[in-house]
Amino acid sequence: MTQATLLGQILDHANRADPYPLYAELRKTPVYREEDTNTYVVSNYWEIKGLLHDPRISSDARNLSPRAAGALPDQEEEESALPPTFLKLDPPEHDRLRRMTMRPFGPPETPRRVHNMRGELSKIVSDLIDDFGDREQIDLVDNFSYPFPVTVICRLLGIPREDEARFHTWADTIAASLDPDPSEDPTERRRIAQTARTDLGVYLAGLIDERRKAPGDDMLSALATEHGPDGQMSQMEVLSTAALLLIAGHETTVNLITNGMLTLLRNPDVLKRLRAEPQLAVPLVEELLRFEPPVQLLPQRTTLADIEVAGTTIPKGASLWLVLASGNRDPQRFLDPDRFDPDRKDNQHLGLGSGIHNCFGAPLARLEAQIALTELARRLDNPRLLEDPPPYRQNAVLRGPRHLNIAFDGCRP
Amino acid sequence: MAGDGYLEWMRREGRIVIVGASLAGLRAAETLRKEGFTGSLTLIGDEPYEPYDRPPLSKQVLLGQTSADRTALPQRMEFDAHWRLGVAATGLDMANRRVRLADGDEVEYDRLLIATGVHARPWPHEAEADLDGVFVLRTRDDAAGLQRRLVGARRVLVIGAGFTGSEIASACRERGLPVTVVERAAAPLVGALGGVVGQAAAELQREHGVDLRCGLMVTGLEGDSAGRLRCAHLSDGTTVEADVAVVSLGATRNTAWLADSGLGAGPRGIACDAGCRAFDVRGIVTDDVFVAGDVARSPHALFGYQFLSLEHWGNAVAQAEIAAHNMISASSDRRPHLWVPAFWSSQFGVSIKSVGVPSLGEEILIAQGALAEHRFTGVYGYQGRVIAAVTFDQTKWLEFYQRQIETAAPFPPPFPTVDRRPEGLRPVPADFPDPSLPTHAPSVTLSGYSPTDRRITFTPVRA
Ligand SMILES: Cc1cc2nc3c(=O)[nH]c(=O)nc-3n(C[C@H](O)[C@H](O)[C@H](O)COP(=O)(O)OP(=O)(O)OC[C@H]3O[C@@H](n4cnc5c(N)ncnc54)[C@H](O)[C@@H]3O)c2cc1C
Repeated sequence: MTQATLLGQILDHANRADPYPLYAELRKTPVYREEDTNTYVVSNYWEIKGLLHDPRISSDARNLSPRAAGALPDQEEEESALPPTFLKLDPPEHDRLRRMTMRPFGPPETPRRVHNMRGELSKIVSDLIDDFGDREQIDLVDNFSYPFPVTVICRLLGIPREDEARFHTWADTIAASLDPDPSEDPTERRRIAQTARTDLGVYLAGLIDERRKAPGDDMLSALATEHGPDGQMSQMEVLSTAALLLIAGHETTVNLITNGMLTLLRNPDVLKRLRAEPQLAVPLVEELLRFEPPVQLLPQRTTLADIEVAGTTIPKGASLWLVLASGNRDPQRFLDPDRFDPDRKDNQHLGLGSGIHNCFGAPLARLEAQIALTELARRLDNPRLLEDPPPYRQNAVLRGPRHLNIAFDGCRP
Repeated sequence: MAGDGYLEWMRREGRIVIVGASLAGLRAAETLRKEGFTGSLTLIGDEPYEPYDRPPLSKQVLLGQTSADRTALPQRMEFDAHWRLGVAATGLDMANRRVRLADGDEVEYDRLLIATGVHARPWPHEAEADLDGVFVLRTRDDAAGLQRRLVGARRVLVIGAGFTGSEIASACRERGLPVTVVERAAAPLVGALGGVVGQAAAELQREHGVDLRCGLMVTGLEGDSAGRLRCAHLSDGTTVEADVAVVSLGATRNTAWLADSGLGAGPRGIACDAGCRAFDVRGIVTDDVFVAGDVARSPHALFGYQFLSLEHWGNAVAQAEIAAHNMISASSDRRPHLWVPAFWSSQFGVSIKSVGVPSLGEEILIAQGALAEHRFTGVYGYQGRVIAAVTFDQTKWLEFYQRQIETAAPFPPPFPTVDRRPEGLRPVPADFPDPSLPTHAPSVTLSGYSPTDRRITFTPVRA
């Protein structure tokens, strides 16, 4: 296998179902350089870990040298009038926006928000499973993994119930645009996505205005009205943050749950255990984040200086890819890394990143996956895969099955 | 081999005694059992309590978020041991391998681990120290007493603004109590972090309403007729009315019980090699006496082989584990304790963390963030290399700087970083007080000469 084709192979949809042998190949060159695009790909655990904590690494695309075009073909097209979200900013702006978003979401100011959603999450999950009715076959993605996180985000942001359906449609359209189907006309697809973005933006802006006047205890109200030590978010910042929560919090959870069910169906002994001991869900989801992370790689970082990594100098302004999913399977770090083992000790995986950009929604994503998988395991009678591997989505970064057709003998109450 | 035979016997049915039943003692005991030691294990502690955790004493306990008797250290595993709590070790007979106890008992050992830690330096005037309302803070009892007294206190005086003193002041402010802090140096935390960071700490205290008085000393404490603290006199001639005073003047190592034992133990601690084996007074390493935790001082390769004593929680755990491992291992299996010092504190809503030995630093560079925002990363340089780093609310960068320390990276760092501000373009003197002047509470003590010094000074015990 020649090195020049390795990245191409990873991006090639044909290898989406099992990219792990390619990652193993990649790890032989800890810093792999793709000549044409000036892209440096880092795939070993310790090197990735180090770079995630390295203040010479920037997430701000403005620091990319013009030569570093980036090798992702149709990278997410979030081109919009909104200011960049904290995902794509460096400190101090990153820290300020992330802190302001954290205030209504997590500790120290709001330590119980996620915990308090537990009952509501369980209810949404039960309702979705109830909706399977007496079908004996479903597409887990369309019938469960997709609708669940969007509904959760609606509740979190404070989208009125009667608007949830509209919101779902916009979310689905935007999500689909992140996962381009090559057979579609790109211009048309972009237009549709752009329209959905605009409609969603207009809708949210209206809602924010309402919340300003009459705040509730939802996150949108808090983002729009709170005066913390960092001041207040501008209208545009609230909008782009809300959009970030929607996209990032939704795309990833879909894959986490779908990958989770797929892995469980491939490991029936673990599925059986989960049914008997629901508390297994906690380490199981951790292992899932290691074994099949929903975000496979971070493709939008760059270097502020020439830096040496594992004997290679990555020049300033290079496009830097950190292949988290590969680091998670690095045999230098994890014993028997290709084995799915929910009893694994010392499971400091990279599935949610690390450092200042580590996954903002991690506590919520974990809880959603724990509840979803436990309930599916408990209620589905004799579930089985109808297709293995299932068809995968186009996206190499946010990797997951597009459909997961499963059969079962019935739904327990 | 005879030596191996002894070791095998030792591991199986030897007697191991641990003096000091706190963090280091407990973790060592667990490690011994985990690594297969099946002989008899005795833990001797002068406090009547099972091992408990000290960091919460100056934080959650004073805030009333938890009570002092709820700070027991979690046991990582069940293990079998003979606990002798509430009785102090009073002497060591190295020749006959016996520890003498305050109750007259003697305990024999084949291997001994000393983990007696430090105690708070008391207020030097005994009568004043005995006044009702005067506290130190080191133990569970201290914390319980102080926490009770804070209820309804009119003004709290904190003497000494090291980490403990600053944390106490922070907790008091959070409870809404008026606080005066008196510090001999020009700012809080200067002994540990230098004057540049000290200034930021001073601002932080003042912004939170602390009446901070630096460059001053408390010269006397005065009580009322009932023996209750009434006020303190300061070196500038002023008085502070306070009904509670907390003496936070640093710590003294618990080595008095080893006087005349022949062990290399003194007020700076017990010297040991990198494998935690104690030195005797002749500078010869022992093979059956080990030390760990706050009471130990050992040479460190990263810091010019100077002897370091660290009053750091993480160090106590790591050193205890190494000591325990080495106690029951053949010399070829022993491991060195090469822990990079790391410390955390939390005060006035800011999480402070450091790695390395800041007090060794000559210069500091604010590599990220800004002092004025109380959110920054300071990097310390010593002879052209990175020697330490401190963060105020920027913990996530620390790991990077730790690697810079471990690899003796050049100082000042020759590369740009995210969030570098104009003030971070040039290093400035770190501004540590003259090391020959005692400071209240450096959490790291450098207590040896660097090998390049090549000097020997004879210091008689009584001049
Ligand atoms: C209030 C407070 C806050 C702290 N906060 C932090 C923090 O935020 N971060 C951090 O890194 N570190 C902190 N520390 C330091 C940390 O607690 C110590 O580094 C750690 O406790 C050291 O453990 P040790 O076992 O070596 O010693 P110690 O915990 O001091 O234990 C020694 C034990 O030995 C006993 N003993 C002494 N002499 C004898 C004898 N002759 N016979 C029998 N027993 C004896 C003592 O009574 C004591 O119980 C704090 C300490 C205090 C007091």
